[in-house]
Amino acid sequence: MIIVELIKMLRRPRTWLIMGMLIALPTLVAVLLAVTDLGPRPGTGPPFLSAVLSDGTLFPLAALGVVLPLLLPIAVAALGGDAIAGESQTGTLRYLLVRPVGRTHLLLAKLVTVVAFVLLAVLVVAAVSYAEGRLLLGKAPAAGTVSLSGSTLTEPELAWRTALALGYVIISMLGVAAVALFFSTLTRSSIGATLGTLGLLIASTVLLGLDAANALHPFLPTRYWLAFVDLFRDPILWRDVLRGLLVQFGYLTVFTLAAWANFGTKDIDD
Amino acid sequence: MTDAATNGHVIRTRALTKRYGDLRAVDAVDLRVRAGDVYGFLGANGSGKTTTLRMLLGLVLPTSGEAEVLGMPMPAARRSVLPRVGSLVESAAAYPHLSGSANLALLDATGADRSPRLARRANIGTALEQVRLDPADRRPVRTYSLGMRQRLGLAAALMRRPELLILDEPSNGLDPHGIQEVRQLLLQLNASGTTIFLSSHLLAEIEQMCTRVGVLRGGRLILQEQLETLLRPTGLVAIRTPDTDRCQALIGAPVVSVEGDQLLVRAKDPAWLNAYLVGEGVRVEEIGSYRRSLEEIVLEAEARA
Repeated sequence: MIIVELIKMLRRPRTWLIMGMLIALPTLVAVLLAVTDLGPRPGTGPPFLSAVLSDGTLFPLAALGVVLPLLLPIAVAALGGDAIAGESQTGTLRYLLVRPVGRTHLLLAKLVTVVAFVLLAVLVVAAVSYAEGRLLLGKAPAAGTVSLSGSTLTEPELAWRTALALGYVIISMLGVAAVALFFSTLTRSSIGATLGTLGLLIASTVLLGLDAANALHPFLPTRYWLAFVDLFRDPILWRDVLRGLLVQFGYLTVFTLAAWANFGTKDIDD
Repeated sequence: MTDAATNGHVIRTRALTKRYGDLRAVDAVDLRVRAGDVYGFLGANGSGKTTTLRMLLGLVLPTSGEAEVLGMPMPAARRSVLPRVGSLVESAAAYPHLSGSANLALLDATGADRSPRLARRANIGTALEQVRLDPADRRPVRTYSLGMRQRLGLAAALMRRPELLILDEPSNGLDPHGIQEVRQLLLQLNASGTTIFLSSHLLAEIEQMCTRVGVLRGGRLILQEQLETLLRPTGLVAIRTPDTDRCQALIGAPVVSVEGDQLLVRAKDPAWLNAYLVGEGVRVEEIGSYRRSLEEIVLEAEARA
């Protein structure tokens, strides 16, 4: 079942369209940086974007910093929102359920598929932007990459920190995936489910900018998204990374359970 | 299939009810479908046919009452029941960007009882040929006509050689030729032992192929009977003549009704009656045993209800 869902995802033209967009934006950024040599001043703009001018090996991280706040969540919301509602829309949901496929099983397969997409997307973005960084932007200094704290990172050190950061970005999307899946079981319209999810993320971002909502900040899904930057400090600043993981697993658990509770007893009368 | 546990009933519901708020979409329905039946489930659009079908398949949960399919309770036993049932619910649906056979392959691969690769290809080929679709057709379903989609939906229902077919308006979207083909296919499957439960709002379709009929109206089952019993001779003879008055005078009391130029007469032998009337100089245009059509029977049942 899970394999069939993965095949379905990979065979949809839409999957590759989204993937193309995820690659296109960092590519554009890389080209612009290479041509103009104008980075944001240190401390402003997306993380690592000023550093990559002198060190192209950091570009995968800069690329993730570029797609993470907006493009990647939209992609996840689109896929997750479509998961059940899309099947309902095409009428294929009833075919699956009378096949029969258990409802819990179907829900899990859909969740795994969305997560697999995130994994694939993050790896593809990282690989493509690594190549772009090496080709278009500055070579790594001979002494090694400079961490955000000013110390030097050896190549293996940079490699495993990058791997950790990729993992963290993937986990950061779990909450979005679960919320989208939940909305997807509520409605017959995949666009509705996607917009609902994006609405929640936008609300979260707005609240983050509001001091009056300080008490809520640690529970907002987008709060710790960019905490992967802390993995490149010396020593690593674990506090926000760990909180981010906790928040994501919280959202994952709550919304997956809600999706399950709703979908398990829902009348399928599309 | 005729094991004692099911009493020969392939579908059996007891007071099956689905309420949406105050609306009783399906109201205390007791269906009895026996092994080997071609059961025609009649009713206007919105009479609750599709909701009943969905409850039989475990897609919609009943508000109250019970449903048994193949002798097991639904939806509790859906895992054991549904692999033995082929179904087509409302309009056929498929992934539009894939070909017909790719759709069937995905569907087959989804279930726990998926067939091995080679067998799958053979099954898909057989199912598509049964509904007269070309297994080698690589075009995506989005280019299919409505009729082709309906055929694909039927192929999906037939793929695992089910014991029971539950079909919702199977002739939907088909041209007259296609309707005839599907009818022949279903009768052929029935002859080889498949029980068929099909819903329709087309009386003619039901009359031509069913052995048993149920009529749903406003969520209630107002009629359920063998078609043979419903259509058996009425013991009446219908006579069409321009000389109605003279005819009535000659026959007398056995005349049941006169309507325009048609008389209904309680009589056993139309041939004898014909000879008698003609001998008396009555001009007879038409004479024969009177049988009610399914349409009349249904309208009568609806009037009673």
